Amino acid sequence: MSDAAFLGMPSFPKAARNALADTQLRRNLAHATGTIRQKRADVVGELDDWEELREAGRAIKERTLRHLDHYLLQLEERVTAAGGQVHWARDGEEACRIVTDLIRATGEREVVKVKSMATQEIGLNEALADAGIAAYETDLAELIVQLGEDHPSHILVPAIHRNRAEIREIFLRAMAEYGAAAPADLGDDPRQLAEAARQHLREKFLRAKVGISGANFLVADTGTAVVVESEGNGRMCLTLPETLISVVGIEKTVPTWQDLEVFLQLLPRSSTGERMNPYTSTWTGTAADDGPRAFHLVLLDGGRTDTLADPIGRQALNCIRCSACLNVCPVYERVGGHAYGSVYPGPIGAILGPQLRGTSSEVDRSLPFASTLCGACYDVCPVKINIPEVLVHLRARVVDESRERRMPTPERLAMTAARWVLSEPSRLGTAQRAASAGGRLLSRRGRIGRLPGPLSAWTDARDAPVPAEESFRTWWRRTRDERT
Amino acid sequence: MSAREDVLSRIRRALADVGDTEAPADVPVPRHYSPGGTPPAGSQEAVKLLAERLADYGAAVQRVTAETVATAVARAIAVRGGDCVVVPRGFPREWQAGLAPERVLSDAPRLSVHELDRADGVVTTAAAAIAGTGTLVLDGGPGQGRRALTLVPDYHLCVVRAEQVVASVPEALARLDPLRPLTFVSGPSATSDIELDRVEGVHGPRTLEVLLIG
Ligand code: SF4
Repeated sequence: MSDAAFLGMPSFPKAARNALADTQLRRNLAHATGTIRQKRADVVGELDDWEELREAGRAIKERTLRHLDHYLLQLEERVTAAGGQVHWARDGEEACRIVTDLIRATGEREVVKVKSMATQEIGLNEALADAGIAAYETDLAELIVQLGEDHPSHILVPAIHRNRAEIREIFLRAMAEYGAAAPADLGDDPRQLAEAARQHLREKFLRAKVGISGANFLVADTGTAVVVESEGNGRMCLTLPETLISVVGIEKTVPTWQDLEVFLQLLPRSSTGERMNPYTSTWTGTAADDGPRAFHLVLLDGGRTDTLADPIGRQALNCIRCSACLNVCPVYERVGGHAYGSVYPGPIGAILGPQLRGTSSEVDRSLPFASTLCGACYDVCPVKINIPEVLVHLRARVVDESRERRMPTPERLAMTAARWVLSEPSRLGTAQRAASAGGRLLSRRGRIGRLPGPLSAWTDARDAPVPAEESFRTWWRRTRDERT
Repeated sequence: MSAREDVLSRIRRALADVGDTEAPADVPVPRHYSPGGTPPAGSQEAVKLLAERLADYGAAVQRVTAETVATAVARAIAVRGGDCVVVPRGFPREWQAGLAPERVLSDAPRLSVHELDRADGVVTTAAAAIAGTGTLVLDGGPGQGRRALTLVPDYHLCVVRAEQVVASVPEALARLDPLRPLTFVSGPSATSDIELDRVEGVHGPRTLEVLLIG
């Protein structure tokens, strides 16, 4: 059940307690979120029209959602006219099946992949593994995690629990098994480690016949797809293979090319705190002499229409996955991403998860309570999602449902946990002060260098994947043996 | 029912609160944000701002003139020690005048990815540049080539003319053709995935150098 919350995931209070026990993780988390908060505040402060951009972003999303059928049909027509092929998927399972069949039709057994929230949400890598197809994640952090046979620990910097010596260790030990070996004299300087990753993945990029991506935006009136990234692995996946398959949630649509002028300003500044991320790629269908010869767009519902049906909850679909709300959230800063039990952590995860998946599981029912309603997330959200409003609304829904179904109410548990999470007043205070600084107040101080990479929109973002039944390494060994 | 019909009808059911007579344009989209234009496109201030912002993002920037551009191109490539650089079709002849022909690699006939991987660098023009964000935009037009050319080699030298420089994202998008594959480049690729240490250049060119004419 790839669409469900992680199987066996404890509910939020329990998972939060586990995460809180890990002080090192907490310190790293605080450092990461603090740095990015400051950078965001600085680059947002550079724009005098930030509030107007936010309002335009919100309004464009509202227009899109209220007429989503119209825009999707237009999008489909334009993508098709430009040489692309559009597929529709009711849920994650169907999307995985479509992608698997498309890859099978090419005869390939391996694909390169640029991280995307949508493919993570539907458990695509696991589905491909079951079909005997190796999906290589190409973000540096993902590589570290995949080679190290463990799970991402943090959405900003998934490999934050690994220090440089460990990463060197992992590279030396595991790279040779999956492809180009790490140089024997590999040191632990991040530069050398990045170089080793470059060499290791390059071979895969150069021979890849199929690339898989998500998209940050789909433009209805031109049929254009947009991917925002930092490392260049996205460009490799979008440009070099012969076949490109993009899996995208239906809510990623925007009406016009002009609308991108709003989102391409809002997203990088909110996400990595950069004026612009290193690379943004746009493409419309296929091009005669440039890039993949076949382009497949898989449009995913996966609970989005259920979310759309709730006029208050609907605004969660505005989300452009910048993760600014995570970085200002006092609860998130203290418990990290795993506690939210899905690929969507933090404040947005608390309102999106239960709506996409429904509120039948304990973890989903407790998520609307994983907040202090301090409002910092609303203030920073580039598309003005009123997260506290939706949280309160969902709480009411959960309580009503609990009464109807005579289930034990989760909110008492959750509130107890929240009190405990926030019991260190100094930490909460710091987080909240920093959060309001994320507005326009402290904006114009001296500029600081940008923080590249890790956040670079949520096409890049990651959190705990659905726990694999077998580790990547075991699976790889097994399928390779089967093949040879 | 096909998945397409199913999803579309779910959407229509979900939007029961939206009246039948409401058209997309009936949902107001206030565009009170700045359309750009300051500094004016092509102005000295715009070029200066672009130079600053590019440098901010770790690109090497040089201001040159129409007379010195050929020398600057040749020198930049010599300094890099590149034995062969890809020069896409349509790159102005006069700008490559200082390059030894045996150092120039053409993409016609099309280079294989492995040939491209052995090239030391690439020199291109651009379609537009955005001063406020320090961004170059490539659209595969003359002198730019297909996207892989500016991706696989480790060094990218880009020559930009002043009149191509606009202040803002809205102005740039209005100038670009969405039907062409576009790449927006803001500095060399980068990552902070290892202990939050910034490392420039992961998969894209690790060095980005820009010559601004005018
Ligand atoms: S909800 Fe959070 S992640 Fe989504 S756009 Fe708003 S701030 Fe960004």
